[in-house]
Amino acid sequence: MATPLIQISHLEKAFASNQSWFSQWRIDRGKLRRKKDKVHALNGVNLTINQGETLCVVGETGCGKSTLARVLMGLTAPSKGEVHYQDQRIDHLNDRQRMLFRRRMQMVFQNPYASLNPRMTVYQTLSEPIAFHNPQLSAKQVEEKIRPLLESVGIAPSNMDHYPHEFSGGQRQRISLARALSVEPDFIIADEPLSALDVSVQAQVLNLMMDKQEEHNLTYLFITHDLAVVEHFATRVAVMYLGRVCELASTKTLFSAPKHPYTQALLSAIPRLDNNTTQPIRLMGEVPTQMDKPIGCVFQARCPYANPRCYAESPDMIRQPDNSSVACHAVDEGRL
Amino acid sequence: MRYFKKDIITPAQSSRWSHIWAGFIGDKLATLALAIFVFYCLVAIFAPLLAPYNINNPNFMDLENAEIAPFWISGDSRFLLGTDAQGRDMLSVILYGTRLSLTIGVCAVLIQTALGICIGLISGYLGGRTDNFLMRCADIQLSLSTMMVAIVFLAIFQAMFGMAMYQQLAMLMLILVIGLAEWPLFARTIRASVLAEKQKEYVDAARIMGISPKRIMFKHILPNTLTPVLVIFTVQISNAIVAEAALSFLGLGMPANDPSLGALISVGFSYMFSGSWWICVIPSVTLIILILVMNMLGDGLRDHLNPKTYKD
Repeated sequence: MATPLIQISHLEKAFASNQSWFSQWRIDRGKLRRKKDKVHALNGVNLTINQGETLCVVGETGCGKSTLARVLMGLTAPSKGEVHYQDQRIDHLNDRQRMLFRRRMQMVFQNPYASLNPRMTVYQTLSEPIAFHNPQLSAKQVEEKIRPLLESVGIAPSNMDHYPHEFSGGQRQRISLARALSVEPDFIIADEPLSALDVSVQAQVLNLMMDKQEEHNLTYLFITHDLAVVEHFATRVAVMYLGRVCELASTKTLFSAPKHPYTQALLSAIPRLDNNTTQPIRLMGEVPTQMDKPIGCVFQARCPYANPRCYAESPDMIRQPDNSSVACHAVDEGRL
Repeated sequence: MRYFKKDIITPAQSSRWSHIWAGFIGDKLATLALAIFVFYCLVAIFAPLLAPYNINNPNFMDLENAEIAPFWISGDSRFLLGTDAQGRDMLSVILYGTRLSLTIGVCAVLIQTALGICIGLISGYLGGRTDNFLMRCADIQLSLSTMMVAIVFLAIFQAMFGMAMYQQLAMLMLILVIGLAEWPLFARTIRASVLAEKQKEYVDAARIMGISPKRIMFKHILPNTLTPVLVIFTVQISNAIVAEAALSFLGLGMPANDPSLGALISVGFSYMFSGSWWICVIPSVTLIILILVMNMLGDGLRDHLNPKTYKD
């Protein structure tokens, strides 16, 4: 049995929408009331990330994947719910208390062109975190750490004094990875690290990430759109829809036997060259807004199998015989 | 394609600056402005060496030499630009006056910049209520004109501490008043750039590393916001010099025995119609050229630092 590294329970995040003070007042049943519109980015996410695995999070734009990453890293505070790292709760810590976890959890960002400070050389970018987290090291020792680190991500240490704009997108993403690795973390969140890269370079960066995982026994939370990458890279996959996890399964199970209607539609949408027999499932209906939290299942408006229960009651994640978990009444009732 | 060895070795940051520098030098107007500005600066710095007379010497003022026209009219080779009503050599007085005006201008703008950078960074980075409060303060400050604030402030100071005290502290007071009155311009510019930079992922990356907000603000964000500041810096120096000249002209600036360019113009103005036009006109021309050059320099810098402004 795998040991859990991070446990996320009932995590919610609502952003106050950017509304002027005056427009917050509404007349409601004859009374003047103040009501703030909120955007519900996460609606109760439950997820366990096991040590040494690669958990891929997939889902359409705006379903809360990046918010999940930012809340885990402590960049934004959650509105509700808890995050545990091993057995310590970390979601409510202030900056100083969090410092202990900073070097254990790191992140690689989506845009390699914005994630490196354009006015800092590679050396400065890497030496800052190393010197910051290891104040006892001398400047020389810091440099001795940077050289092998750069070499290990395939950047020649002689390029240490170059600025980010002199590198290609793939090289920059590898420098970002080196920066994340510089503090020797256990857990790395990668927020669509490949989406800005060429396909050939994607493979390069992906392979590097896999090598590093083996080398340092890393745990990844990998956020992506690319289902081909997921199939190749993930241990388990979490499918998100509108701020909730709707299906969590090992990669093999998910791709061979998707259960949630949304997952089925998602997988059927992968374009294939070999055969055209599987027609993509077309989802009808609008993507609901995140302004109002829906009562019942989040997928109700577009689900072909929705029944009255789906409009009334929110489904829980229920473990299936093949060890996957699905949040769907239809699957639970055996209608699907 | 062959590369020069130099191109490969030198870090790009310097090549970026050299690129801007090359463009700037190619712009004839900007180069001319820069040359004249450097000339002004040198003159201001070396005024004590260049001036034919020492203005602090008690013999400097000699009423016997009062109101001698410039050399090319009077033929008096002792006084190249003539003398004023107290018999002071105009050239020496203007050299010292330029020195004073430039010092006040640069120091006042340094205060503005320091204040503006701190407030702009804090406002942009922290956001929310702090941002609202600071920006409303800036709005209030901007709605009061600099001249009005300065006049009221300096007049009160004169009335409270007397003329003698004021004359001693005049320079310091002018620097402080002009410096404190115009910080919002810098603060707003910096804040706008900070808001744009804050969205970028390198700031998040620094936060994830646990680096303190102060260090993120000054080490990560500030260097990326300095380009527009350089432009405002030059334009603001000219504004500060103008403000100082105007205040001196109104009798609230530098005292007559330690004159800046504005004070010289003010004193000379009363002789304008008595035939001694040079007492007023020569300092005026000096001031106008200085201001023009500063503005041209600012324009040139903006054109070359910001590649998005194309000029036909």
